[in-house]
Amino acid sequence: MSKQIRQLERVVIRFAGDSGDGMQLTGDRFTSETAQLGNDISTLPNFPAEIRAPAGTLPGVSSFQVHFADYDILTPGDAPNVLVAMNPAALKANLADLPRGADIIVNTDEFTRRNLAKVGYASSPLDDDTLAGYAVHPVALTSMTIGALTELDVSKKDAERAKNMFALGLLSWMYSRPYESTLRFLERKFAKRPELVAANVAAFKAGWNFGETTEDFAVRYEVKPAKMPPGTYRNITGNAALSLGIVAAGVRSGLPVFLGAYPITPASDILHELSKHKRFGVTTMQAEDEIAAIGAALGASYGGALGVTTTSGPGVALKGETISLAVALELPLVIVDVQRAGPSTGMPTKTEQADLNMALFGRHGEAPVAVIAPKSPSDCFHAALEAARIALTYRTPVILLSDNYVANGSEPWLLPEVDSLPDLRVEFATAPNSEDGTTFLPYLRDPQTLARPWAVPGTPGLEHRIGGLEKADKTGDISYDPANHDYMVRTRAARIETIPVPDVEVEDPDGDARVLVLGWGSTYGPIGAACRALRQRGLPVAQAHLRHLAPMPANLGAVLRSYDRVVIPEMNLGQLAHVIRGRYLVDAIGYNQVRGLPFTAAELETMLEEVLKNV
Amino acid sequence: MSEPVALKLTAKDFKSDQEVRWCPGCGDYAILAAVQQFMPELNIPRENTVFVSGIGCSSRFPYYMNTYGMHSIHGRAPAIATGLSVSRPDLSVWVVTGDGDALSIGGNHLIHALRRNVNLKILLFNNRIYGLTKGQYSPTSEVGKITKSTPVGSADAPFNPLSLALGAEATFVGRTIDSDRKHLQSVLRAAAEHSGSAFVEIYQNCNIFNDGAFEQLKEPGTRDDYLIRLEHGQPITFGKDGQFCVVHPPGGFGLEVRETASTPAEEIVVHDATVDDPAYAFALSRLPGFDLRNTPIGVFRSVRRPSYDSVVQGQLADARATVTESPEQQLAGLLGSGDTWTIVG
Repeated sequence: MSKQIRQLERVVIRFAGDSGDGMQLTGDRFTSETAQLGNDISTLPNFPAEIRAPAGTLPGVSSFQVHFADYDILTPGDAPNVLVAMNPAALKANLADLPRGADIIVNTDEFTRRNLAKVGYASSPLDDDTLAGYAVHPVALTSMTIGALTELDVSKKDAERAKNMFALGLLSWMYSRPYESTLRFLERKFAKRPELVAANVAAFKAGWNFGETTEDFAVRYEVKPAKMPPGTYRNITGNAALSLGIVAAGVRSGLPVFLGAYPITPASDILHELSKHKRFGVTTMQAEDEIAAIGAALGASYGGALGVTTTSGPGVALKGETISLAVALELPLVIVDVQRAGPSTGMPTKTEQADLNMALFGRHGEAPVAVIAPKSPSDCFHAALEAARIALTYRTPVILLSDNYVANGSEPWLLPEVDSLPDLRVEFATAPNSEDGTTFLPYLRDPQTLARPWAVPGTPGLEHRIGGLEKADKTGDISYDPANHDYMVRTRAARIETIPVPDVEVEDPDGDARVLVLGWGSTYGPIGAACRALRQRGLPVAQAHLRHLAPMPANLGAVLRSYDRVVIPEMNLGQLAHVIRGRYLVDAIGYNQVRGLPFTAAELETMLEEVLKNV
Repeated sequence: MSEPVALKLTAKDFKSDQEVRWCPGCGDYAILAAVQQFMPELNIPRENTVFVSGIGCSSRFPYYMNTYGMHSIHGRAPAIATGLSVSRPDLSVWVVTGDGDALSIGGNHLIHALRRNVNLKILLFNNRIYGLTKGQYSPTSEVGKITKSTPVGSADAPFNPLSLALGAEATFVGRTIDSDRKHLQSVLRAAAEHSGSAFVEIYQNCNIFNDGAFEQLKEPGTRDDYLIRLEHGQPITFGKDGQFCVVHPPGGFGLEVRETASTPAEEIVVHDATVDDPAYAFALSRLPGFDLRNTPIGVFRSVRRPSYDSVVQGQLADARATVTESPEQQLAGLLGSGDTWTIVG
């Protein structure tokens, strides 16, 4: 039977199952196949904090959403067109997100009375009208997988575990994905257990063939490649891109990288990744706590390395005192905060942008630092390089504010030429710098950058002492002089405030917008998608996005004042809006949501439409 | 390798231009002078020596040494020094700390530096009191200590710093006294020669808030009967006339002090700092009570274990041994690793 083939511009698929069902892997593989095809992609994993919540329960549901299109897209999609539900819990947890008419592929084998009861279904939603209005495809995924593997020498348990590959095979068939990379991947992953390679490949093919033969799936879909700038791409998550950015900063500065880190969700992947790159001179130390992690990084910076520490909000709180020390010592240091929902332990696997106040102000005394926030997964690479550039050039701690959404989300990344990356080479002090050339003044500043000399131990003739006590200008000697303290406080502030950062760019294609949407960090995608949708409907709206939160771009005040209305959507209760209002006396409106989830483009579109009506 | 050049440094070379600002009569002066006089012996260029401290009276120490130095924050010196030492194996890194800095706010960093065996020389000035904050009891103060914060006496039991260090897997543990320059320098010498963490407790007198805390160990009339001077390879006897000795009673776990005259010579413990089992050094650390009787000084333990620094540097060297490409070529390879696809313009 030949199947009908239908062309689509974009599709959003969500794979959902128990945390042991391998949904993240399934999503990753589908994404990889899709990338090979040249679609634009954006992905969003969503998993519980529990490693293995009780099987079949709602807290145990893990999902992976992938959005792919034949044009450039900005978000992982608001609502799935297709839900793959491996059990009743996965169906129940995700059903509310599905628009009517969406396809639901369910693993009927798991819809047992026991599993239904676990999530509070009195009767099977497959038998009543719960799913009326959806295109439901019941598939006996588990039993068909086991059936397909009877000839193979694998245990029933291993056979059952391959059911995610059956699902992947079916979806790969449905969306005409090239599967060679998945077969290669399985060979690599199970290299030591050939029987599992065979089982997973067989399950994948069974899923593919099932799609081809069953009448339940009458249509096959294609999504054409997107028009993307020429070059070589790879799909990358924010945490991976950030890690590579740090490696690149080491290469481009010629300095050894020293990472001090303590495991914390969702930043640990950066520690894992960087620990693999020793051949680049990257040292990673899993410290005894957050404080030791940043302390060791600062000690390494003192010795002439690029010191980096990676953490999430609770860790930044612990590191505060050492960040202040780094402000006083005026040494380079990169602090990565992969934000998660707080306060306290909060929701460690959910996203939020509520550490902005802490990054900008969360220290004792006047302790200004530079703050940068990446706007997308691949931007994490460039943001890490930019953080290192500022830290090294201006001898200052820099906070890099990522978040769970960009950290775990992925998108295609146009690989940069190494030669095009910024030159981060630094000059260490080598000789006395006093006017008469006889003494070393550790706090004599470069008039341009206001940076003090970086004189690393081991340099003869420049022996000096630094510390957290206030220092006299130029000599760095301990000083309690009132005028000196006032001067040093103001100079440290000016050192950050005068760092040149690129002007903020405004996207307003027709130039007739009266409302500006200002965002920062990971909201770039949903805000951009909402603005595009409004413009397509003839409603002009301008978008500006802040990558540099401290210092802010020099043109920002003028940009803000040139619009009738400024709207600031944030995944917090208005932290940037508060700063903007205080700093620029602009009556910005906040749009705030703290549900642990990224904004949907649709909600922003609705909100902005209201704002536009009232201008 | 060529013979190291004699640098001909003197104590004066290690004195910075900063005015020393401890209270007159503070034990820290004696320690500073002893260290400055000792440093030239190491024949390490001043620029390759770094003193890192935390917060407290003792932590002002780096300002007075004409080497590289960092006066950091309370309790964190071992962590900061770890990052420096691991990334700069060419440096000689010293940590100066106190009983509050190392054992209270910084306890975690101290024990982890010791278990890692970071190549740090850690000098803990123990005066059993908080001096800089003007006289609160410390984690080494005796139970019942009356201070500003404990007007009816402290309620918590103190740490025994050496027992703690030994429990934390320290490879080198020693104790000395601020006023005995010769002994202090002998312990520093042994510490400096040790590869890995060397932990040295220095009994130091705070003449303002806890004066005379170690008086019995210093008074000519009492010190010989109170102090046990440990000498590697020598039977442990002490007292003005060697009238006391240390034995390991059969059936017991610890060490005990006996009268030498009534003890068969073969029962007297011969000090061996290289015993792998830390139980021996631990037993030594438990000999004195808070009346300071039977206080051993000297090197309790000195065993070999690879330093954290050398293991980390070894891993880096192994990873780079096979690299033939330039860093830029390697980076291009890394960026383009994994599944990639190319879009032709």
